[in-house]
Amino acid sequence: MEAIVTALPYLLDGLQVTLYIFVTALILGLIIGLIMALFRLAPLKILNWIAKIYIDAIRGTPILVQLFFIYFGLNTLDWISLDKTTAGIITVGLNAGAYFAEIIRAGIQSIDKGQTEAARSLGLTSSQNMRYVVLPQAFRRMLPTFTNQSIISLKDTSLLSIIGIADLTQQGEVATATTFEAFKIWFAVGVIYFILIYLLSLLANFLERRFELR
Amino acid sequence: MSIIQVTNLKKSFGTLEVLKDINSEIKEKEVVCVIGPSGSGKSTFLRCLNKLEDITSGHVIIDGHDITDPKVNINKVRQDVGMVFQGFNLFPHMTVLENVTLAPTKVRSDKKESAKSKALDLLEKVGLKEKANSYPGELSGGQKQRVAIARALAMSPKIMLFDEPTSALDPEMVGEVLEVMKQLANDGMTMIVVTHEMGFAREVGDRVIFMDGGYIVEENIPNELFGNPQHERTKLFLSKVL
Repeated sequence: MEAIVTALPYLLDGLQVTLYIFVTALILGLIIGLIMALFRLAPLKILNWIAKIYIDAIRGTPILVQLFFIYFGLNTLDWISLDKTTAGIITVGLNAGAYFAEIIRAGIQSIDKGQTEAARSLGLTSSQNMRYVVLPQAFRRMLPTFTNQSIISLKDTSLLSIIGIADLTQQGEVATATTFEAFKIWFAVGVIYFILIYLLSLLANFLERRFELR
Repeated sequence: MSIIQVTNLKKSFGTLEVLKDINSEIKEKEVVCVIGPSGSGKSTFLRCLNKLEDITSGHVIIDGHDITDPKVNINKVRQDVGMVFQGFNLFPHMTVLENVTLAPTKVRSDKKESAKSKALDLLEKVGLKEKANSYPGELSGGQKQRVAIARALAMSPKIMLFDEPTSALDPEMVGEVLEVMKQLANDGMTMIVVTHEMGFAREVGDRVIFMDGGYIVEENIPNELFGNPQHERTKLFLSKVL
């Protein structure tokens, strides 16, 4: 118990960093995901291609390689200087964005064409149709897969400890080095991640009920 | 002056030519029923009138605007052309009232309050005022279609297009929808109705168009077309449906 008490301040510091990176990366990922989904569905071929290349590049490479490329690779360029946290947020955000893009695209395409026809026949523009008719319905259908990807992204943030970001996982290492109690500390770290993800799925369940389709 | 003028309208899906050469004029306040076998192109013809289908060639002039001209703002023209679909296509995530007020508030920027009171008037007209706060999922097919009619009317269109509005309904609900349409026709709405309801076409239509194979084969006042069809194909079709 003593080990945990000693470790707890470290772990809570780490939890803060993890939460900060997760939330900012998630927002970044959602914005990129929505834009890329609309690019993939746009009538302009060039936009389709941009989205396709982005999604394929992200899905086709491991996130660790993406992290190393962004943090070590891009930082060799004279005009780029990314600190660890920014590189971490960009990596997790870009990674999640690719998966979100596919989730959002599939959600949009799952909405019956008749909905769009009805909206357009009333004089709604194509973006009004998206905003008021298609996306609200698609959002509800996307929620479960959305939750899944968010959980994966949260866990992905633990990889950022490798470049020395003081997240929960990194702080677990620090606490282990201080207390030499690997079993207890890593168990505690696991419990904290578990609680975090459990709370996330509670939030998702609440949203699903809140936006239930009638 | 006709409110709709269609000249040499052609529509192809890939290599399949669905509308081959359609010419027609529809006058204000006229009720035109379009009949014909399935695959004859009648729904496609209707959907070309508000450009839900891209027009391959020819001209469609709606109230003076040639919608085949890319410079014409189609969203603007569509505000004057209401449409009712076979599958209702109500927005399931909105209440009945929200369905009806969406376009007036977002497209025409009506004030919420005035849009709401107009919507309630229209719902009363179709006999569904008490369902204003229900969701589409809680309504029967006939009620859904009447809401869809109210939704289209909320934009105060000059023309109403009906694409087989009763085909997806249980037989006992057909009457209530036709009744609303009849009332609309009596109020002087310009209507184009693709339908299999020959009784409605005969009773309410000012003119009936018979389509087959992507052409308008024959058109006439209902009594003439039903009583004295001129073409073999019309006779054959009518012998099967009447």
